[in-house]
Amino acid sequence: MKIPVCRLADLPRGEACRLDSDPPIAVFHTEAGEVYAIDDTCTHQDASLSDGWLEGCEVECPLHASKFDLRSGSVDSPPAKRPVRTHQVLVEDGTVYVLPTPAPRAAVHRVDGRT
Amino acid sequence: MKTVAVVGASLAGLSAARSLREQGYDGRLVLIGGEPHRPYDRPPLSKEFLAGEIDEDALALEAEGEDLAAVWELGVRAIGIDTGSWAEHHVRLADGRSVRAHGIVIATGAAARTLPGSERLDGVHVLRTLDDARALRADLARGGRLVVVGGGFIGAEVASTARRLGLEVTVVEAAPTPLAGPLGREMGSLVSRLHADHGVRLLCGTGVRALAGTGRVEAVVLDDGRRLDADTVVVGVGARPCTDWLAGSGLDLDDGVRCDAAGRTSIPGIVAVGDCAAWYEPAVGAHRRVEHWTGARERPATAVAALLSGGQGVPEAPRPPYFWSDQYGSRIQFAGYAAQADSVTLEEGAAADRSFLAVYRSAGRPVAVLGLNQTRLFTRWRRRLATAEARTAG
Ligand SMILES: Cc1cc2nc3c(=O)[nH]c(=O)nc-3n(C[C@H](O)[C@H](O)[C@H](O)COP(=O)(O)OP(=O)(O)OC[C@H]3O[C@@H](n4cnc5c(N)ncnc54)[C@H](O)[C@@H]3O)c2cc1C
Ligand code: FES
Repeated sequence: MKIPVCRLADLPRGEACRLDSDPPIAVFHTEAGEVYAIDDTCTHQDASLSDGWLEGCEVECPLHASKFDLRSGSVDSPPAKRPVRTHQVLVEDGTVYVLPTPAPRAAVHRVDGRT
Repeated sequence: MKTVAVVGASLAGLSAARSLREQGYDGRLVLIGGEPHRPYDRPPLSKEFLAGEIDEDALALEAEGEDLAAVWELGVRAIGIDTGSWAEHHVRLADGRSVRAHGIVIATGAAARTLPGSERLDGVHVLRTLDDARALRADLARGGRLVVVGGGFIGAEVASTARRLGLEVTVVEAAPTPLAGPLGREMGSLVSRLHADHGVRLLCGTGVRALAGTGRVEAVVLDDGRRLDADTVVVGVGARPCTDWLAGSGLDLDDGVRCDAAGRTSIPGIVAVGDCAAWYEPAVGAHRRVEHWTGARERPATAVAALLSGGQGVPEAPRPPYFWSDQYGSRIQFAGYAAQADSVTLEEGAAADRSFLAVYRSAGRPVAVLGLNQTRLFTRWRRRLATAEARTAG
């Protein structure tokens, strides 16, 4: 699935936007001109990472300052402990697209057995 | 440097230990912690943990499998430092041992202030440690009437959590407005309206004369003679830096270990970080003790850089202080220094909607920003403040 996000020209460098997918995805345009996509929801609580503080290839969660690497999704410090998922980004004809990574098999974690 | 001892094994101590390793220190590392627990996170103690929504495992600050190649001395307090010549200090421990160290990071945090006479009554709590939170959680589960003494952030968070658990809650604040210190009078009063919105009674401008009861607390007696019946009482009247153990060490102690703008103390080879430290803040031209999570998390990197450079390097200036608080489902965020401001204006949203962004200015220059349920805008302003400050400092 290839989801159109916005025109690249509409997402200035240093800015982020949020895709209302399920789960939501954050798309970042770094100062260096690269575009990355990760899950929007911080793995610590329910902050939106697209509201966060972008610095190089890292975003700092707007609430409790956990930092995530946009390239790998890894988290560098507490309070978050789990990485975020990364998603593939395509820029075609000036439009940004996201190819969402399939959701992990959540079934094992669910208590009620639903998938 | 052959050995570095970190005293205090909570957020600031752990962050210092991590920074030491990240910055290439490969010598012996000793972490001394007065509590028996591995480093744990305190903010949830008044929120999710107190509400029973998360368990103790979720409080851990270390990542799974994290190994700092450190010697952990947990459950033993440091009782003194004997300073020697620059490369030779000793940290004395309560069990009679001592740790020889060439570098010391002081990260002993702060301890909750209490009210006189509260120790002899059951049902009276402070909230600073995991053990405090366990005990309070058990008492809140009894339900009934809770009186919170102190309308600061911890008091307000406990009130909010207890309300959600169904208790009848009263908050007593000695000052005319709660949060006037950190937020200024006007914004303190706006934020404190959250109490009334959620059915919590707020009594301001009167102190507490006594706690009444035999065995278990029965009431809080106010200065004006009023008596508030209580099943449980939480005293949230601030914290004092844990620096008693440093008396006689030669360190400069005055409401915290006095440090320069990079965490260096008056003694070479010793730095101090977190709630116990009063760093010189260039932005205000004075020493300040910053009692917030993010400072305890970030500033150790600066202090460790200063320590490892042997006092030579000029580490990067820390960002302006930042803290958050969660009350009644609202997200409060603040950055900067309110005390410097001569004006506050709402830039976005409205107080009535419990969603706004306020900017504090001094002679027209932004010095602080407060957000209530305005995360995105708040982050932008916080960033503007940080860059503005870096420019003034540099
Ligand atoms: C209930 C609660 C809620 C909070 N909520 C928020 C929030 O929402 N937002 C926010 O920004 N901040 C919040 N804070 C503040 C934040 O948790 C602190 O700023 C932070 O914990 C400071 O870290 P620290 O390592 O400097 O000190 P501490 O966390 O106090 O740790 C100091 C450690 O040193 C140990 N120690 C003390 N003396 C000795 C000794 N002599 N020898 C050995 N060990 C010693 C102590 O036992 C303790 O474990 C909250 C704090 C509390 C208590
Ligand atoms: S919600 Fe992101 S660090 Fe807490």
